[in-house]
Amino acid sequence: MDFALSEEHRFVQQMVRDFAHKEVSPIIKECDRKQEMAPFVLPRMAELGILGICIPVRYGGQGMDYISLGLACEELEVIDTSLRVIMSVHMGLNSMALLQWGTEEQKQRFLVPQAQGKKYAGFGLTEPNAGSDVAGMQSTARREGDEYVINGEKMWISLATKMHHCLWVARTDPQAADPHDGLSAFIVEMDRPGITAGDIHGKLGVRAGSTGWIACQDVRIPVENRLGEEGEGFKIAMSCLDNGRYTVAAGATGLIRASLEASVKYAHERNAFGREIARFQLIQQKIAGMVQSYDAARLLYLRAGWMKNQGLRNTRETSLAKWYATDASFMAASEAVQVHGAYGYSDEYDVERYLRNSKGAIIYEGTSEIHQLMQAGYALNFRQDAPLRCELPAYDPEIWQE
Amino acid sequence: MKIIVCIKQVPDSAARIVVEGGQISWGDAPAIMNPWDEYAVEAALVQKDAVDADVAVISVGAESAKEALKTALAMGCTEAILISDPALAGADSQALARTLAAAIQKLGPAELVFFGRQAIDTDLGVTAAQTARVLGWPALTLVSKVDSLDGNKITVERSTEEGRQVLESKLPAVVSVGKDIGEPRYPSFMGIRKAAKAVIPTWSLADLGIETPKSHIRWPAVMSPPVRDITTEMITGNSPQEIAGKLADKILAEKVL
Repeated sequence: MDFALSEEHRFVQQMVRDFAHKEVSPIIKECDRKQEMAPFVLPRMAELGILGICIPVRYGGQGMDYISLGLACEELEVIDTSLRVIMSVHMGLNSMALLQWGTEEQKQRFLVPQAQGKKYAGFGLTEPNAGSDVAGMQSTARREGDEYVINGEKMWISLATKMHHCLWVARTDPQAADPHDGLSAFIVEMDRPGITAGDIHGKLGVRAGSTGWIACQDVRIPVENRLGEEGEGFKIAMSCLDNGRYTVAAGATGLIRASLEASVKYAHERNAFGREIARFQLIQQKIAGMVQSYDAARLLYLRAGWMKNQGLRNTRETSLAKWYATDASFMAASEAVQVHGAYGYSDEYDVERYLRNSKGAIIYEGTSEIHQLMQAGYALNFRQDAPLRCELPAYDPEIWQE
Repeated sequence: MKIIVCIKQVPDSAARIVVEGGQISWGDAPAIMNPWDEYAVEAALVQKDAVDADVAVISVGAESAKEALKTALAMGCTEAILISDPALAGADSQALARTLAAAIQKLGPAELVFFGRQAIDTDLGVTAAQTARVLGWPALTLVSKVDSLDGNKITVERSTEEGRQVLESKLPAVVSVGKDIGEPRYPSFMGIRKAAKAVIPTWSLADLGIETPKSHIRWPAVMSPPVRDITTEMITGNSPQEIAGKLADKILAEKVL
């Protein structure tokens, strides 16, 4: 067992860290206040290759492994959650699904420009009336000859107004005995007639990110845009979450680190009762808790990343990593605010943003409650993962460079 | 065209440096490429893209300096060589210049050698000029912009206190650069993979075919100045005039003026 990061991993970590620190950190507070994503962020991440990090070179990507993706997400969220969210939707929920389920033709049409960062991608699953209850979605796709006609609305969609391609899940068979079997997945190009989209403002956190809604009214797409078979939509969506949740877990780990680093710094700077507050045991307890959760969260996501590299099914391990890291990041950020006292309560310091940003990930990509049901399900033998028709390909350093 | 960049590995600028018993240590803080040398690498890579040059990067240091060389490879340099020899321990900048000059000559005919303006650990800022002297090449120091480069001449802009000078020089030449040259690029993913796989050769003084160059300067003592006890007082008031008034009173009371 080797716990050491490779030289390659360390370089990736440093490169993404430098980018986030030098270019985004100076402007993030202002973007958060304005509730706007800085316009340079997506094109710059594209230019640096981050948007194609773990996609094979022949599909326009950078050919790094899945652990590199996790490390990048950790570094991005140390600076701001909105940066990691980009990776969750563009890479985890969309591009990796194309790599897993796409036909060669679909990979050439959609994955190549996405991995090159020429097109941005997102994921349309959640609806105004269907979150955890995925099978309760109302969006429909009706087959008409060589086309599908899509109707419905998606809500709480990251990059809704920035993306070019949306992986859209809709009901194709309203009569299916099990409603899960009536769903199908599609790649919808956002410039097709009948699509409208907008941003949602007034969110608690991730205010420097773009979150919105997308509505489809009689949007026609060719049959070639269907990802996987008809009726496979639920399975595809769940497999997307195996990858999206991985990026969320890694990112939340970064948020714990940010909370820890800010708290350590402040604990040494701030004096009370004639000494720095780092000398007080109740402050030390908070710091120790953050150290504990950081290490645990990091080990959990790296294990999931390693399993992805090996081509092992990791639904359970990824869910565990995501559940643990997001809950722990909320706790760490909250304690970081406490360490900072009244200053932590104002946006003079970053920790209040960490706290606001941490809450979303406890809700999206499987609420913490859903993850607890999953974990109990595995433990109690109520739940097994059946093999999928298409699995995420294992990382192969040779093949991925070809 | 062949371009060579000379870099140095230094303690991270964020490291806490302590001196104990004449020994300098920076704990377990990482060593990094001298930040000024990142500008030198950037300057070389800009020319690599412009005139289709090979960029070799060299460093004199311990085995660990390969890390800095790999960073340069990840940024896009074509080859890297470490010059390492126990006889170089404690070498002064002049001895290092002789070593670098020998390595530059061994690497084959090069048109340009880039340096960062100084290293953040010793802050001497003379190695570029000394290396040029040993090579017998022109030294263009504190260059802020390369205007043009062709087979036998280079035109650069130089930052001076009074303004900017435009200089023209024949090649080969040694150029030292500062921040104005342009923000260093990040390593690319392709570069990272190349760097991670790279096997960096190590040259000893024997490989360079030179005797141990004699150092004339040594460091008989190194010390940390005692930490100054500074208290900061924030002066507040209802108007800028009032704050300025209070500040003026303080300055007079403390006899600063």
